[in-house]
Amino acid sequence: MSGDARARILATIRDSLGADAPGRDESAVEARLAAHEPNLIPARARIDPGAQVDLFVEMAEEVSTTVARVAGADEVPGAVADYLATHNLPAVAKLAPDPGLDDIPWAERPTLTLSRGKAVDEDAVTITGAFAGIAETGTLMLLSGPDHPTTLNILPETHIVVLRREHIVGAYEEGWARLRAEGRGMPRTVGFVTGPSRSADIEQTILIGAHGPRRLHIVLIDGDGEETEA
Amino acid sequence: MTMAVTSPRFRENARRALADAPLQQALAKMKAGFVDKRLRAVERLPEFDALRDLSRDIKDHVLVNLDHYLERFEARVVECGGEVHWCADAAEARDVILALCRSVDARSVTKSKSMIAEEIGINDHLEAHGIEPVETDLGEYIIQLAKEPPSHIIAPAVHKTRDQIADLFHASHAAYGITERRDDPRALLDDARQVLRRKYLAADVGLTGANFLIAETGSSVTVTNEGNAELTQILPKMHIVLASLEKVVPTLEDAMTILRVLARSATGQEFSSYTTFATGPRRADDADGPEAFHVVLLDNGRSGMLGTEFQDMLRCIRCGACLNHCPIYASVGGHAYGWVYPGPMGAVLTPKLIGIDLAGHLPNASTFCGMCESVCPMHIPLPKMMRHWREREFAQKLSPPRHRAGIALWAWFAERPALYRFAARLGVGVLGLIAGRRGRLKSLPGAGGWTVGRDFPAPEGRTFLDLWARRDGGGR
Ligand code: SF4
Repeated sequence: MSGDARARILATIRDSLGADAPGRDESAVEARLAAHEPNLIPARARIDPGAQVDLFVEMAEEVSTTVARVAGADEVPGAVADYLATHNLPAVAKLAPDPGLDDIPWAERPTLTLSRGKAVDEDAVTITGAFAGIAETGTLMLLSGPDHPTTLNILPETHIVVLRREHIVGAYEEGWARLRAEGRGMPRTVGFVTGPSRSADIEQTILIGAHGPRRLHIVLIDGDGEETEA
Repeated sequence: MTMAVTSPRFRENARRALADAPLQQALAKMKAGFVDKRLRAVERLPEFDALRDLSRDIKDHVLVNLDHYLERFEARVVECGGEVHWCADAAEARDVILALCRSVDARSVTKSKSMIAEEIGINDHLEAHGIEPVETDLGEYIIQLAKEPPSHIIAPAVHKTRDQIADLFHASHAAYGITERRDDPRALLDDARQVLRRKYLAADVGLTGANFLIAETGSSVTVTNEGNAELTQILPKMHIVLASLEKVVPTLEDAMTILRVLARSATGQEFSSYTTFATGPRRADDADGPEAFHVVLLDNGRSGMLGTEFQDMLRCIRCGACLNHCPIYASVGGHAYGWVYPGPMGAVLTPKLIGIDLAGHLPNASTFCGMCESVCPMHIPLPKMMRHWREREFAQKLSPPRHRAGIALWAWFAERPALYRFAARLGVGVLGLIAGRRGRLKSLPGAGGWTVGRDFPAPEGRTFLDLWARRDGGGR
């Protein structure tokens, strides 16, 4: 059925358009796919790296993401423990099996109970890395893979993301460019996450915490020892 | 719920809607909820108009090369281990989806919001064959419980008040151990989250729509705020994407360009909470994600719109801005339109999809104020296309005699003879003059109920009356 439908649909498309429809050009199609040009990057994103970090934080906070800036990887376990304590959350979390998180001295916080792997329904708190932070809208770019199961992003009530300053870029297209440059191909799931989940389906009132996380917290490793804020 | 078509009864539907107090109460919130927020978001992005132009150009380029892009999209999907199922009409799409569900012995299917799913009536079909469809978008969930169709393409339960939702949840959540009637929005959302979480975990198949298909990578793109499309596609063993042909765009970059205008136009957000690119089934070393990935590609008359005066409609990204800014929609809501797609975009699309005989007069539900076109991020000339339908309807002599003789700016208007004669005598230009620069009439003699609580938008440009006068020599 499908094969037959395929031929019929394609034939109808060609017949409806006609062979000489203006702009009809298979080589232009190939060229566009090969070039994958960014079309227009808003000026807001075309700023120097320091300003991109500040814009990222500002935009993230605007959509109810919370951000803690720390000077180095060694401060991450403390920042995570503090966040959980402040919100009366148990110090138990599922940590992404991401080698990129191995330089963080988790063991220095023995009260923080961590296990690694994908998330299950019982996991209230997860901790993952992020491929990129997109400054223009305070968005995280998260790639699925053995190091980052997607369930970690969407099942828990609280998702904590460890983001490194050098991974913040201006625009979405820069995130794609970095992924292409790494040559690892398209992961099964690429998630652009902008704030915790929300719904406005009851009388158009925005409520945070729909089906996905109720809290999205970013621990930003600033690297250059800038001031730390909670 | 599959919709019985009630489009031919638009007039009666509209009259009922105007007298429906809870509906009017719900609709009154739309300005603050959508219109004001969109404006603020647009003003924050100086490049918004340039992005609209680019978005239109991308889609125009795709549409004249649609066969090429679809073939490339399919090739990439197959390379990634997925499958594309081409379906000429709704019946074929229903059969394919049912067969896929049966292939994994599915007992329940979670669904994230998809207008195409409404278009093909998949829920009834699955239910009739013993498979439980579970809507997961909160708005869709509400109307599934109410056994109603959506009344808005991005806010399906926008017509429901909190009180009505509380009653619905109270009636159905007892089965899940929630017996207290709660009407606080937070509590309602928490209850839905709790009930639906079990459904996500139990589902065998996840069915999502797609905002875009990417030819370059074979990806499908979903956009949600709730995270329901993500849970729907990540947890079950099979992910089915149901999308119509025209959703394809060339590259990831092209999708990002259009995404920049989508959320701003739809909800006034800078970006929706979740924009997810799904490409094929889970990889060999992935710990989670679906084991199978299927794209059900639906035509349902769209290929025949190419090369016609309705081709531009295929640029539509279903943002809902034209509904949110339409004075008719704001007065009567979505159900009055009588089928899946309401508002200006529905008035253009519906006659094409279900036939001019059933929906040919929907394009009369317009004041020709031009708001829809002015806010459409894809620059779709909606009023012009409504005029095309009117011309066609006349050509086919489908207007009932009463309709032809008394036709006015829209059916409700036509039923008030005093107002009609008044407007006809003054003519559009004079109405425009009274409205002044704001383009709105504070009160209109004889319009009574209409102008209480809302401004009457002044007609702009050529009305149907002009058209009719030109065609029929001006006789009444
Ligand atoms: S016609 Fe335009 S404004 Fe209306 S839903 Fe489609 S893209 Fe949005």
